[in-house]
Amino acid sequence: MIRLLLLNLFFFLSCSKLFALIEVDITRGNLDPLPIAVSPLHVDIKSEETKNLKTKELGTKISEIIENNFKNTGLFNPLKKDAFVQKPDIAHLKPRFEDWRLIKAQALVTGKLLVIGGKLKVEFRLWDLAAAQEMTALAFTTTPSNWRRVAHIISDKIYERLTGEEGYFDTRIIYVSETGPKNQRVKKLAIMDQDGENTKYLTLGNELVLTPRFNPTSQMVTYMSYFRNMPRVYLLDIETGTQEIVGNFPGMTFAPRFSPDGKKIIMSFAKDGNSDIYTMNLDNRVVERITEHSSIDTSPSFSPDGKFIAFNSDRSGLQQIYVMRSDGSNVKRITFGKGIYGTPVWSPRGDLIAFTKMHKGKFYIGVMRTDGTGERLLTENYYQEAPSWSPNGRVLVFYRETKAGDKGKGFSAKLWSIDITGYNERRLLTKTDASDPSWSSLLSK
Amino acid sequence: MIKSLFYSITFHTIMIILTILSFPFMLREPVDLPPIVSVELIQISDKTNIPYAPKARKIIEETKKKEERIVSEQAPPAAKEKEKPDRIPLPDEKDEQKKIVKKKQNPEEVKPQIRQSSEFEKKEIIDTNQIAALIDKAKEVEAVKKKDSNKITQSNKKNSFATALSLSEEDALRAQIFGCWSVPLGLPYDQDLLVRVKLQLKKDGTIMKSEILDHERMNKPGQKFYKVLAESALRAVRLCQPLKVPPTGYEKWKDLQLNFNPMEMLKG
Repeated sequence: MIRLLLLNLFFFLSCSKLFALIEVDITRGNLDPLPIAVSPLHVDIKSEETKNLKTKELGTKISEIIENNFKNTGLFNPLKKDAFVQKPDIAHLKPRFEDWRLIKAQALVTGKLLVIGGKLKVEFRLWDLAAAQEMTALAFTTTPSNWRRVAHIISDKIYERLTGEEGYFDTRIIYVSETGPKNQRVKKLAIMDQDGENTKYLTLGNELVLTPRFNPTSQMVTYMSYFRNMPRVYLLDIETGTQEIVGNFPGMTFAPRFSPDGKKIIMSFAKDGNSDIYTMNLDNRVVERITEHSSIDTSPSFSPDGKFIAFNSDRSGLQQIYVMRSDGSNVKRITFGKGIYGTPVWSPRGDLIAFTKMHKGKFYIGVMRTDGTGERLLTENYYQEAPSWSPNGRVLVFYRETKAGDKGKGFSAKLWSIDITGYNERRLLTKTDASDPSWSSLLSK
Repeated sequence: MIKSLFYSITFHTIMIILTILSFPFMLREPVDLPPIVSVELIQISDKTNIPYAPKARKIIEETKKKEERIVSEQAPPAAKEKEKPDRIPLPDEKDEQKKIVKKKQNPEEVKPQIRQSSEFEKKEIIDTNQIAALIDKAKEVEAVKKKDSNKITQSNKKNSFATALSLSEEDALRAQIFGCWSVPLGLPYDQDLLVRVKLQLKKDGTIMKSEILDHERMNKPGQKFYKVLAESALRAVRLCQPLKVPPTGYEKWKDLQLNFNPMEMLKG
């Protein structure tokens, strides 16, 4: 009997031994920028010189663009090249990981390039220094004049591999370039790379241009222009430069914007003294009325799945943001905070809506969930508006007007960007004053 | 008859008591204490010391004088003999050492794995996913089997029998890894973000073996974020080593599971 008892005791105790693995929960980490080393790309000795381009400097220039892109994200900390132990002439070989770990780098970018037969061939590799292994390796071939784009594409690939979300470096920003005094402002359409380089002017400045917006699926832009005091909506193909008039609209017309599939544009215009929201099918030019209310409904923006529309309306008294189905049904007010809300823009990820808020004489750019909860004001100033999302939904570009010149009599409008955490605010350098920015989708998509 | 009844009752009672003691689910849930926040004590340097109040200064100066006197009365410390180095390496040996270092520094040449790609077409030179998939295939069957038994996550179900680390030891380890883990951004909030890393540790806290328990998920379509997240967890563990483990009880903590989950942090 005692034996039986002992056996039982042993059995039960051995059962409890099965649960012996220690588990520790790690629920927090740091959000410090990741230290990354970008080694200058090794230029192959067989490389030929090309017109207007010093091939020998190309490796360093490409690495500088990559570094600059990373620095602007606020998520990476590109390490200074002075600290590098390994020289770029052996960058095409396997790195000595201990040398890079010594300078506290966690990731390393190496690569090489060759210019031959009028073609530029660039290879790059991304290394995980803690694991001492390669994370990704890609090669690109293009014309040498495209070297800046290659640097942006490499930045996108590295960003995607390290953060898990799409990059936004191989993109462009269209904006309204402004020159001259406030009462005689010359406004031209201008386009530049997201880092402020390669600025080109798309209109001459004879007519007033407003609110350019990119098609989310292609390099097509819609914008408004006043012709003999009548608002006109245009379509402009950036690649070919061809331009067409979508239509003349009566009274006050506002902010045409593309639907997510690029087949429709949505806008507001005043008919019989009442401003409502309309869509226009770009294939057959049929205009469809979406809202029918005595209040002023403006600034419509589609959700990325095309099922909902966010817009602002003063139907409750003060201007607030509303969301409805794309057919105009089920209108719901989503903002109830103090102040006036406007320019809602749905994030390409679909999770947030960006907006401008006016309260006690100040302007705020903020984000909130699509049901209006979780409002976060990212930046505050005396005049700023028109947020536009980067294609990955992480950064917003907007414009801010400030006083400038002697004794603050003049004024200046500049483009700024801020990420959705609100910690990384930066000015985008433009050649002239700038307003109404719109961010393109990825060019290489 | 009465005797056998008495025996039966006694033995049954013993069996019931043993069962209660042995089965873990019969135990009460441990009290859910808030996590202990480790505080690092830093000595503030003289430069950052705030100035003393005028009254207090006198008292402090007096006590300082007293202390100085006490120190001067003490005997000077005995002079220590200089320690000789054990053995000076011979010149031949020195050369040998240098040679070894040279060998190490020669970088390995990367094999020509890069194939031609067309105009602006990007091609993955080495498809790491495929290689990883091949390696993982063998482990996959085993992992699927394990999956069910491993379903105990970071929730409260964690067994209190297994607490070989004290709360402060566990907290020190946790705090160490917090500092090393760079959480990737762009993670979807509506997905399961739990990454379980199983470690085999040496006595000094360095890592002998590390394994992602749900590694088959890394190569599934639509789970790209999981791969990035799992890699960040592994990177954190490698950067942190040697881990802050207790000096004793190696047998208990040589196998350790870390459950990384950034959900709380991301949701704020």
